[in-house]
Amino acid sequence: MKLRWCREVQDKLSRSSVGIAGVGGLGSHCALALARSRIGKLVLADVDVVEEGNLLRQNYSVDQVGQSKVEATRDNLLLANPDVDVEVHNLRVTSHNFMALFGKVDVLVEAFDDADQKVMLAESAARYRPDLWVVMGSGVAGFGSTEEIRVTKVGRLVVIGDGHSSVAPDNYCIAPRVGIVAFMQANVVLEILLTGDYGGGE
Amino acid sequence: MITVDEIEMEWEEGMTVSSLLEIVKPDFPMFVVKINGVMISKRDHETTPVPDGAEVRIVYMIAGG
Repeated sequence: MKLRWCREVQDKLSRSSVGIAGVGGLGSHCALALARSRIGKLVLADVDVVEEGNLLRQNYSVDQVGQSKVEATRDNLLLANPDVDVEVHNLRVTSHNFMALFGKVDVLVEAFDDADQKVMLAESAARYRPDLWVVMGSGVAGFGSTEEIRVTKVGRLVVIGDGHSSVAPDNYCIAPRVGIVAFMQANVVLEILLTGDYGGGE
Repeated sequence: MITVDEIEMEWEEGMTVSSLLEIVKPDFPMFVVKINGVMISKRDHETTPVPDGAEVRIVYMIAGG
């Protein structure tokens, strides 16, 4: 990217808003990277509470177990950047509430665990916000195979992951690989916000 | 002729998204389909025709996050 980190870039990011659907392994880390990048507003939606097992890969601490994930994430983001505007929705994202949640964001990050939720979000965005860039994670489970993680652009859908490593009883999500994809999602979001496009991928 | 994820395939008269998927046999159960850049919801797969010359993309949604 040719743009340097200057006042112009900072002003652009501070006027931007990003939606994050799901604040688990992908969303909790992606949100933190975006908050540190001085994005103006983040809209978080997730129905879950922090469980002990989540600490394996999600950006929460032991003392946050039992809290709603969106509120715990907001607390973490404000510690990193007190100026970020964080809107939280402690609910399940559906096609029916999609526009109420993400009708005004500039870019949307898909960070769900369930594949059917990923499909719902992609289809809802295409139906209600065809102008919206959606940055998704797909194929993040396990460890190793770092070089298999790639970025694929299909219109305004940008999919990051290896495209095949699914969660299974013998292949769960672990912090490093999920974190890599989460930070790649944040990096793609910045590129889209600052240049209006995603230029890499296939 | 159509392309499915940039691979050429024979087009058939009356082809729908559903009949195309029966031929292609997707690698994973969850995916979204785009025909010429337009996403086709799963509920519309049976009724949506695939035109000759179409550019079809199947984007897999893999669980985990």
